[in-house]
Amino acid sequence: MPLERKDLLDLDDFSSEEITLLLETTAAMTEILSRPIRRVPTLRGKTIVNMFYEASTRTRSSFELAAKNLSADLVNVSASQSSVEKGESLIDTMRTLQALGADMLVMRHWEAGAPYLAASWLHASVINAGDGWHAHPSQALLDLYTVQERRGAIEGLKLVIVGDILHSRVARSNLWGFGKMGARVVLCGPPTLVTPDILGIAENLPWVTISYDLDEAIADADVVMMLRLQRERMASGLLPSLREYAARFGLTQKRMRRARPNALIMHPGPMNQGVEITPELAYSEQAVIEDQVANGVAVRMAIFYLLAGTSERIA
Amino acid sequence: MSESWLIQGARVLDPANGLDAVRDVHIVDGKIARVAESIAPEGLLVVNANGLVLTPGFVDLHCHLREPGFEYKETVATGTRAAVQGGFTTVCSMANTDPVVDTPATVAFILERAKDAAAARVYPLAAVTQGFGGTQLVEMAALSDAGVVAFSDDGLPIADARMMRHALEYSLLVGKPIVNHCEDPALAHGGVMNEGLTSLRLGLRGMPAEAEETMVARDALLARRTGAHVHIAHVSTQGSVEIIRAAKQQGIRITAEVTPHHLTLTDSLVAQRLHAGKGTGFAYDTHAKVKPPLRTEADIKALVEGLNDGTIDAIATDHAPHSTTDKLCEFSDAESGISCLETAFSQAYQLVQDGRITLQTLISKLTVEPSHVFSLRTGTLSPGAPADIALLDLEGTWTVNPSAFASKGKNTPIAGTTLPGRVALTFVDGRPVHIADGYEERGATQT
Repeated sequence: MPLERKDLLDLDDFSSEEITLLLETTAAMTEILSRPIRRVPTLRGKTIVNMFYEASTRTRSSFELAAKNLSADLVNVSASQSSVEKGESLIDTMRTLQALGADMLVMRHWEAGAPYLAASWLHASVINAGDGWHAHPSQALLDLYTVQERRGAIEGLKLVIVGDILHSRVARSNLWGFGKMGARVVLCGPPTLVTPDILGIAENLPWVTISYDLDEAIADADVVMMLRLQRERMASGLLPSLREYAARFGLTQKRMRRARPNALIMHPGPMNQGVEITPELAYSEQAVIEDQVANGVAVRMAIFYLLAGTSERIA
Repeated sequence: MSESWLIQGARVLDPANGLDAVRDVHIVDGKIARVAESIAPEGLLVVNANGLVLTPGFVDLHCHLREPGFEYKETVATGTRAAVQGGFTTVCSMANTDPVVDTPATVAFILERAKDAAAARVYPLAAVTQGFGGTQLVEMAALSDAGVVAFSDDGLPIADARMMRHALEYSLLVGKPIVNHCEDPALAHGGVMNEGLTSLRLGLRGMPAEAEETMVARDALLARRTGAHVHIAHVSTQGSVEIIRAAKQQGIRITAEVTPHHLTLTDSLVAQRLHAGKGTGFAYDTHAKVKPPLRTEADIKALVEGLNDGTIDAIATDHAPHSTTDKLCEFSDAESGISCLETAFSQAYQLVQDGRITLQTLISKLTVEPSHVFSLRTGTLSPGAPADIALLDLEGTWTVNPSAFASKGKNTPIAGTTLPGRVALTFVDGRPVHIADGYEERGATQT
């Protein structure tokens, strides 16, 4: 079954069958990554451009390695060293990269919706590598894959996402991804970051609930996903202090005991150890934070492979 | 040489005179001479208006003609041409030009351009504060003498409550209203759309309804204290309607306008995928970006009630033409505003078709009521008034095609939509300034 899409912008309009296809393809890619020579010629001759308007280490490297493992040609562009600095518009930049031969554009942008604008103007595929507060679909896919790898299935699991939900593209995409695969999702954080409007979302999406009490939310959780707390939230009046945040919403061993015994701990990184998570838990048996990073490469290989619609077999 | 016209057989709807009946309208030397049953056509230029509705030309309290300074977006000539295409014969132009309208010389320039090139009557507004700086009042007396009809810092709300108080007090000197765009900057906090489920889902920064409502409440209280006239621009929320209603009940001198888009469109438009088909969805349409932002169905319901019970006085367009590049960018970077002089009547007429307001109310909110807000002499068919007239074909429909707009601003979120009701002909000073395609044969026959 091919993936009949040009772009990967968010998971909100993906079916569970499409997500399953992506996860199954990821498993095949994981097998390639376990070989002594982790490279296949599948995308030889294809050009992929990483266009990053915003800083990124893990996501950019992950897409880069994924492209190279499939033998695609990869060009890295960052906004600070491109004609964006000279005031070129987004559409012009993207069309130029397409004219240079890009088959796929991986795009990270600080503004929500920017990849949608690009996608509507290009015949090349656009892969959203994170747009503002909006979406980060490849992160959600790698989170889904990591959980599925450990648990066998997503359906029926309870996922608790903790922290700055309001400003999190990771939370937004996981909300859709886990929901479509049959999980329950609890959004937990202080009311300034899980605003009462989010209650309205929960009313419309039956698999979502919200909570201001982590001790209560974490009970019987199968997966606990901690989000990074940006320090500027204090300066903008949303939180009084890191101390109070850590006391109420930090993940500690005591809290973790309320979750299911084999519950997984996830974090999209980069972590603030001692704020949202203790180092003991970050490096514990239950933590799958490094698995997430490792699986990211396979997930992105699967995304490239399926969007390329290539007839060539993976192996 | 005197010129006499006769518009024959239309259903004449003139809320200023409480008239809704089939009548003939006789025009002499650009003024309404008589509205009566069967006027003898001998010697007159006759327009056959059977089956059409004849109303006073529409009065727009709020539009952007962009001249001087932003002629690439619009000019007095193109903006007023768009106006008459949409049935508007009087337009009040906002002061956010470059330079800002804060001296009599700039007012004189705009009036000069209007005299040379305008298809419709133009009444400028001036700023409230010099250079829109928010700190020092303009010379209201000199500007009033120069011909401005009201004062407004347009898109820049008068954030300082003490400044607003003094502006209202000082306006008593000239007896002209202060128009405020109500949006508390701290609460709005750089929001680019309505704060609610859609903004949350799209990850865009929202501005809450309360950013508007707290300032509407403040301005109502300051109008009460000063006794001056405050006019609330483009009311968009249920809470604002409730505050204005309560203020009017107390006898506060407060008036309000609403735009056709806030009456008919919601914030869900921002999330709408324009091109169906997998993977090619383009949500985040910058054409749906406007200030105040498009709100919700509950707000629309309240705004319609506000029109019906008199809380809201006028439908004003806030016609905000922009160039293609102003909109062809990331959502947060795009300019706000909708080009809508040419679509306003038909958009609002949808409410009549849906049975939510009467045709009489619609025409009243487009003619006599806005005229009263700014104390203008148009918006009526009383004998002696300027013969500014719109002839409407309520049976007609048309499809919005921005490239056919007379306005330079092609920025509309409803391109491709089929709308009811056409503006067939428009008269200014007794002469036809717009005849829509298909209505040419209605044109004058000499008898």
